[in-house]
Parts: sequence; structure tokens; C-alpha cells
Amino acid sequence: MGSKKHPSALWAIWLFGSVGLAIWLSLQLVDEDAAKTAFIPGPMPHGHHQIEMQCSVCHGPGFDSETVLQNACIDCHGEQLEDAQDSHPKSKFTDPRNADRLANVDARLCVSCHVEHRPELDVGLGVTLPMDMCGHCHEGIAEDRPSHEGMGLDTCANAGCHNFHDNRALYEDFLLAHSDEPWLKPPARQPPRNLLARQMKDDALLALMRGQGKAPEGTRTPEHWEGTAHAQAGVTCTACHGAAGEWVDSPQVLQCATCHKPESEGFLQGRHGMRLAQGLAPMTPSQSVLNMHVEASHRELTCISCHGAHDFDTQSAAVDSCIGCHNDEHSNEYLRSPHHDLWKKEKRGELPPGSGVTCASCHMPREEHRDDIFVQHNQSLTMRPVEKMVRPVCLQCHSLAFSLDALADPHLLENNFNGKPEHHVPSIDMAVDRDEARDKKIGPY
Amino acid sequence: MRHVMKRKATTLMATAISALILSGCGGEQAATPVSGIEPKVYTDSLFAVMNADRTNYTKLIIGRLGPAGADSIKPHEYWEDLENGAPLPAQMFRYGAESVSEMTSEFSYSLQSLWPINGQNEPKTGLEKEGLQYIVDNPGENFYGEEKLGDVTYYTAVYPDVAVAAPCVACHNNHKDSPKTDFELGDVMGGVVIRVPM
Repeated sequence: MGSKKHPSALWAIWLFGSVGLAIWLSLQLVDEDAAKTAFIPGPMPHGHHQIEMQCSVCHGPGFDSETVLQNACIDCHGEQLEDAQDSHPKSKFTDPRNADRLANVDARLCVSCHVEHRPELDVGLGVTLPMDMCGHCHEGIAEDRPSHEGMGLDTCANAGCHNFHDNRALYEDFLLAHSDEPWLKPPARQPPRNLLARQMKDDALLALMRGQGKAPEGTRTPEHWEGTAHAQAGVTCTACHGAAGEWVDSPQVLQCATCHKPESEGFLQGRHGMRLAQGLAPMTPSQSVLNMHVEASHRELTCISCHGAHDFDTQSAAVDSCIGCHNDEHSNEYLRSPHHDLWKKEKRGELPPGSGVTCASCHMPREEHRDDIFVQHNQSLTMRPVEKMVRPVCLQCHSLAFSLDALADPHLLENNFNGKPEHHVPSIDMAVDRDEARDKKIGPY
Repeated sequence: MRHVMKRKATTLMATAISALILSGCGGEQAATPVSGIEPKVYTDSLFAVMNADRTNYTKLIIGRLGPAGADSIKPHEYWEDLENGAPLPAQMFRYGAESVSEMTSEFSYSLQSLWPINGQNEPKTGLEKEGLQYIVDNPGENFYGEEKLGDVTYYTAVYPDVAVAAPCVACHNNHKDSPKTDFELGDVMGGVVIRVPM
């Protein structure tokens, strides 16, 4: 008798457990606020790990097609690819004559190269990347470029050589145009910001700065307020604290975007703001894959984390705010670097404005669009591959040759460019040699 | 009489065989009349538009405003990096092909040459090689054929791309990557390949 009851009990336990598990999983799935950890096939590479619980950002609501997945990639990264003059856009591969190539690698889809949920395949770029991808189409490159004879097809993307998407600092004519420059250009300075000053003529912006309503009786003016850029520009308390005429003690997280639109857009596209962009709580340093100061672990990353709520000190935001959280070797070595020496001299008034090099100088470069110059707040934009930093950052002060050599030197990246590059990237030499071998023919244009 | 009957029987049999052949042994298909545009007319019409736009861009924009004209724009491969830079005619053509590929897969087209400045633009499939050679060997004629690429069969037409203005010849003859440097006005420099999935 006992032997007959025992299987029934096991079946009951199995049934009860299965139904319970199904109910729990269903609730996790439909509850928008519930973590979806149980459904994730593997952690994300560090490019996307902050938003890995927002499955629908990439998969859409139904996990139903590769088109949804592809569109999700383009929604976030399409504009950057366009700005980068993408060397391998999708349209290059939709021509039927490339059908045989697509059979090897379907380059129309981002996920063919950038596989998610497999962080062990990350090659250090925040995304996975097959290192032999170039060989599928460019195997015979040495026939066109004898200088490439003997080079491995897994070395094409070495620093200073080629990128799949962004070759704006690496194409041959650009190498030639910058082949004869001193390593340090005189004068080595950043251009001054001017976007906000130009916008101060905009009546709509001036109205926003005046705000709505009044501050409650007894509201104290913050210490040192009068010396801030906001006070000097005429920004009132209610511009930030007066939401539609109603006073709020703590303005919403993205309040600054009301006036500082381009800066906010950049911030939301980068690692610092990508959680906010997806409707999640702000990022904290504890969520970073980089070394951070323990005491900063739970600080929330919003505009005022770096700029302060009432002092808006851009000098502090350019260095102190960064190293207040970042605790990796590159960040710590900055304080002993030649770049930091220049910054100290600029702050003391010994060098003209724009001479110093801060964390922000390189990671939040000043961008020029027509005549507007503003600070790009997407600090991830020029990070990887390293050559993306050449044009908007390094070339402001240095030659192309020095920039490529320095960015290809892992020791210099660690010690924050304290010294000269130990190795030379031959890209420019190869371009010059080929140019001379062809009698410097430049065509009619 | 027997002769007439025999002739009638032969005629009837021939008519029946012809009907069977024309029907393709498929009654339902035979009932559906063939409709739509002939592939050749379709690709010829597409080429007419492409050729007109390409010629006009070369003559009216590059020729008129470029270094050979008012010198107010700089046609260059890396035009985005130049102040007043303008796409080369071949790039303008490619941008059109890329935009079309975003809109439809009903047809595709590309500009190719037996002497390409960019190696990616040399003929690749067997039919492309045959067609490009044909239009060079037979000036003024087009080339038509069918080919299977991947799992799809295509109607492929190749049309001559002729040097219509001085800048075409000057640029190709002087470009450091050009395999041919003795083009003359009126020469077939390459071909426009148009594909329609069957």
C-alpha cells in the first residue's frame, strides 16, 4: 500500500510545484516593475548591462521578429552610425550581388556581429565582435595593397588601422592631409563654448529662465548663488522649482533639459544617462563595471551629481566630479599627468582659457555644429574604438601621427598619457608611400 | 476527300498539340491572361530615369558649379569633410541606389566597371562580367539575361555608362586608383546593372 501512495505524493508535489512556478513566472512577466532575471539567457556585455532588465527595449513587447531587434539597435545607435559616415551601412549588403557574402555573415543585422547575453565574447569594446570578420569580404586585400601582404585578417581592426563603422580619422586621404604635422600644434587649445550665449537671444528661452509663480515665503537663497552662472544670466528660483506655477522642493530629475536640450540628449545617450532614458532609476556607481570609490557607490547619476544643485561649477564638473566616483588607474593617474598640469596652470590664470586638459576635455569634447560650440555630454560617444576620439579630441592639440600612436599604446592609456608612445602605427607612412609611388596624383579636384 | 479529311485531322491534332504546349499543361494557368510590364520594358524605363538624372547631375551641378565651371563647390569622394564639398556623380548614383534599397526590394541597381576606381565596383557575378564586356564590345547596345543569386532568380540588364562630360574623363584618367587612364568623351566607362527578382 505504502509503495502505491508514494508515487501519488510525488506527482502531487510535482504538479503543485509546476503550477506554482508557472504562476510565479507569469506574474514576473506581466509585472512591469518586476525584475526579469529568471528569463535572461545570460548577462549582457558592459555596453548594455545597465538596462538588461528592460527586455522590451531591444525585444519589443512580443519577442516576435528579428526586425524588431534590428530596429531597436537602430533606434538608439542609428544616428551615431550616420554621423560616423558608416563605412559598412546595411545598404551595402542588400544588393543581390552580395548574396554569397551574406551566406557567411548576414551583415544587414547588427546581431550577426554583436551578440548579446554572451559577455565572455566581449573583446573590450562593450560589445562582442568576431575578430576575423574582415576576411569574409577582403581576403584578397594584399593584391590591391601589397603593403598589407602577410598581415593577419584578425589584425585589420588593430588600433590606428581600420574600423568597420567609423573610419573618419583613418581613411587614406585624411591620413595624407595630416601626414606632416608637429606632434603638438601651436596654439594647443580648445575652442570656447558659445551655444548658450547665442541662445540667450531666444525669447522662449528667456521666458523659461524667468520661471512661473513665486518662491514660498521664507525661502532662503542658496549660499554663493549670486556668483553662479545661472544667477548672472537671470535664472530665477522658479525656473527650476516652479513646475507649471506650483513650487516643488525637488525638481524632477531631467529638469535641466528644459533649457539645456543638446546637453541632456547627449547625457541620456551615454552610460551615465542610459538608465534614465529607458525610464529606470538613475545609474549609481555601484552598477558600473569599472572601479569606483566605495563611498560613491550609491550616488545617483543625474545632472546635479556632477554640476551641483545650485553652484553649477563647470570647472568642478570637468574634473572633481569625475574623480569623485571613478577609481581606476587611468582616472587616478590623471592627477599626475601633463594634461592635469596644464589644467592647474589654466585655473591659476597662467595659461589662456582652453589650454588645460580636463577629464571632460577628452570624454565630453566640445562639438562644433555650424557656428555653435557646445559640450557633448555623451561621454561614451568617443570611447570605443579609440580612434573615435582622434578628430573631436586629440587633433585639437596633437598631430594625427602622435594621436594614433598614443591611442594604440595601452601603457599610455593606463598612465593617462604620461610620456611618449613606445610604438609607431605605420598607417600614415603606408599612405604616404603609396601616394609617392603613384606620383602624388590627386585628380582634378 | 480523304486527303481533305486527313488534312483536317492533321490540323486539328496540330491545334490541340499547340494549345497543350501554349497552356503549359496547366489549365488554370492558361485561363489567367499574362499581365504586367515586360521585364525589359521595366528595366529600360528605370535606366532612362537613372541615366537622365545622372547626366543632369554631372553636367548641371558638377560641370556648372565645380572647378570646371563657377568653382563654387568641391566635388570629392570625401565631400563631407570639405567646406562646400559635393558628392561625385558616381557617389550620387550610389546614394540613390542605397535609398531605393531602403524603400523597395522590387529592383536594385549598381554602377560597375571593368576599370573601377573602387575595386568593390568591378563585376562580380558571371552575368555581370559577360554583360559589362558585351556593352564595351558593342557600343550602343544593352545586355539582358537571367541569373540565380542565392535562392532567387533575377532578370538582369546591363546598360552602358558613357563619358558624357569632361569631368568624367578628367577624374578617371587622373585618379591614382584608376586602372585605365586614356578614356575619351563618348567612351563606355562602365555599366549600370539593374536586377529584378523573377
